[in-house]
Amino acid sequence: MSETIAGLIACEDALMFVNAAITSTGQREFHHDAREQQLSLSFLHAYMRENYRDLYAGALALNVNDTNAMLIVFNLLVHAGDVDVESRRREGRLIARRLELLPQHRVYHLFGALRRAGVNNRRTRAIIRDWLAGRRDPAFDAVKYRAGVKSAARHAHLPLDGELARFLFAPQSVKRFSTPLFETWRRAHYEQAALYELPFTVAEGFAAKYGIPRERFLERIEPRMTRLERFRLQENAQVGETSAIRRNTDLAAMGPTRLASYVLSLTLDDRSKRRTELTGALRSAARRVAGHRAGTWGRVTAVLDDSHSTSGSAQKRHRPLAVALAGHYLLEALAAPGAYRPLWLSGRTDALLLFPHGPTPLGMRLLDALDTAPERLIVVSDGWDNAPPGLAADVLRIWRSRLDPEGRVAITHLNPVYDASGYDVRRLAPSVPTAGVRDAEDLPALVELARFAEGRVGLDDLRGYFDEQAARFLGEPA
Amino acid sequence: MIPFTLEGLDTGPAQTWGSVRLVPLVRDEPVPHLRLHRRAYAEGSPVVDVGDGTSYTSFIPHAFVATYVDGEDPAASYGTRLLDKDLRRPPSRVPVQKTRRMARRVAKDRLRFLPQHLAVEGYLALHFGGPEIAWEEWSRSALSHGLSPRAERAYTGARVQGLEDALRVFEILPGQCGVLVYVLDALAGAFAVPHPDDYRALHATLIEDLYGEQIYQYGLLGLHVQDMAARIDDTSVRSLADLRAQAALRQREWAEFHDDVMAGRLFDREGSYKHVQYIDDFVLSRFLPSFALRRENHIGEVITGEGGGVAYLKTFRLSDSQVKRGYLLSRLAAHGWNIADTAAALGTDATGLGLRLERAGFGYLLRKDVLNRYRADARRGRTVQRPKRVTPTRPHAGR
Repeated sequence: MSETIAGLIACEDALMFVNAAITSTGQREFHHDAREQQLSLSFLHAYMRENYRDLYAGALALNVNDTNAMLIVFNLLVHAGDVDVESRRREGRLIARRLELLPQHRVYHLFGALRRAGVNNRRTRAIIRDWLAGRRDPAFDAVKYRAGVKSAARHAHLPLDGELARFLFAPQSVKRFSTPLFETWRRAHYEQAALYELPFTVAEGFAAKYGIPRERFLERIEPRMTRLERFRLQENAQVGETSAIRRNTDLAAMGPTRLASYVLSLTLDDRSKRRTELTGALRSAARRVAGHRAGTWGRVTAVLDDSHSTSGSAQKRHRPLAVALAGHYLLEALAAPGAYRPLWLSGRTDALLLFPHGPTPLGMRLLDALDTAPERLIVVSDGWDNAPPGLAADVLRIWRSRLDPEGRVAITHLNPVYDASGYDVRRLAPSVPTAGVRDAEDLPALVELARFAEGRVGLDDLRGYFDEQAARFLGEPA
Repeated sequence: MIPFTLEGLDTGPAQTWGSVRLVPLVRDEPVPHLRLHRRAYAEGSPVVDVGDGTSYTSFIPHAFVATYVDGEDPAASYGTRLLDKDLRRPPSRVPVQKTRRMARRVAKDRLRFLPQHLAVEGYLALHFGGPEIAWEEWSRSALSHGLSPRAERAYTGARVQGLEDALRVFEILPGQCGVLVYVLDALAGAFAVPHPDDYRALHATLIEDLYGEQIYQYGLLGLHVQDMAARIDDTSVRSLADLRAQAALRQREWAEFHDDVMAGRLFDREGSYKHVQYIDDFVLSRFLPSFALRRENHIGEVITGEGGGVAYLKTFRLSDSQVKRGYLLSRLAAHGWNIADTAAALGTDATGLGLRLERAGFGYLLRKDVLNRYRADARRGRTVQRPKRVTPTRPHAGR
């Protein structure tokens, strides 16, 4: 037997961390507040970095969320000297790749945090330099993220070319910029019309300065908005009964989870009025994500949580329900045609008109699900089984031990909520693998990852999986 | 004998959070014709005109309004409309709002009452008149003013640690019309309403209710209660249907256990009750326990329908010292406020009883010199001739 106890524990620790890093954003959840979440998360990060540094860095290659990716990069750079040169190179490559994928503002936040923490080793400076050098449009960045670029440049002692340096550090001294965007920015200080050529967030500041009515401002700035800015503001504009922002007809271009969040933010009346459009968008988004796997999963039954606790919190409004809703459409696409059975906990059947409501009778719904004799059973729930408590665990335990010892039904539990007091996502039963999920898009990959949680696959395999993911992530041959 | 039962309210699966366990009560169908609304008092501290010129002042965040609805359908909007007509805000210059009587008929079919205060008033007014016979030990003020002033202490739900979070994360069941609140598995209070919509609207008001000292202290301990989940026995299951049957059985067992053991002392069989108001077929009453020492004692108010089924219920658990006070008062009253007789019945002497009264906070009822004499006796060690406890001897032990 090659597996040692230490190996099993390492495996468990790594999965625990990955689950946390996928689900927790350090924001308030339904059961725990932001402080508890952050405290619990920071412990896990310190624990992983100290004990399994290679796996910790390797997590950057997985679908961890942006908050945790930032934390990992930050911690690796703060404790840069703890490892040898070879590992540092590998970490450096992972960090560089992850920074390319992160939204810019988060990267500038990260640089700011490094500056505040007084981390200014050679590696950090090189990483900042390389990342900034890789920006497509430095002038645009300098205008939109002026404070961020300024502090990063100062922190990393970057040699800047003449005009960029003057724009950042001494804009008053310049009579006229030759870079068009800088010049627009300069003119916007004196001329209202110029601000409509600036990026939306920058223009917003100038609009406030000139006291331009919001409606007029939105109407004229609309062409300069990014896709997400327009998406965020369109419903806002509808509520205010302004026609400033045209409704984005391109809903299907959104990811399924974001789209589900959007659908849940609408009133029930709106949803039933736009039923065809919304359902169509959700379906096609799910099909796009399913890709070549569409229709390959056979008979699938899903137990989906829509209890009161899926309302999330003010920060993560309806997030757990949105994940379940997006997962519903994705599973529909993955299952063989006509072989998909969704079972919502409340017993409702119209997925489009859902809202968080009622208790969590997971046990009873699992019984209903097993009655349908599926090949795969997917549970999307926060795991707070309470009507009655503990029945889900009993059902799964007895199902595995007495009724289905050969494992004909592949059961996977996906949990969108990090349980701060348990340092992991809540599990339903030891015999059923549980994985954290943030975006329903990752669902197929997570079902694969979840098999490690069953305890049948050892540490070597897990390391292999991490390496494979890292190679794929870095675009190298494995 | 208290005739109320929780008939018609089925016990649901409990939900726990920290030290709090909430047990939902579910109705198959709502009680017809009766709805309950909440009426928030913006000013917060109404002064209640008790009727004889004296006033009862307290912090009461809201009152409940019971509405009798004729006809078959529950008609929620009907009641709300009526409520709006009545909800004239007092002029803003008047800082204190005066409310007449604890429970008052606002209209022919509507009854306004202050939740819990009806019950608490019942407890405070227990033998409030004081000694009926002017035995020489009682002070003059006790004879002329009774127990006045009479004060008791309770805590709002917001001060019971963990209750707020437990109420927030609680997931209301479909058809739920009530809840029993346990802190470290001590029953803190029961709450039931006629209609699930009323419950949904009033669930959050549990945080504004009063809780006894014991509940407050249990909350401070910060311990956690576990889910009471009986494991299903593997060997009894051969199919999914068996598993389903076992699950249903476990649920029934839990409900029985809860009703018999955990909530068994909610209605004291030896307690007393009194009707306060009538609203068509419904009766608003309040009840008092028997003040049995070292046991749970709940006071409460209840609206019952024709069959005696509970339509509305709200209870308050007395703390141990409150139970003791109630016990002493009821014992005294039973023996015509005669110190010697009561002392004999309690198995002590006059000195012992006098000091006990003082410890319970009733020292002001006794004449100053009498109390001093008791104290002096106690110092000299002539106190409390407890009668020897007679231990029954077994005649032929050892054979």
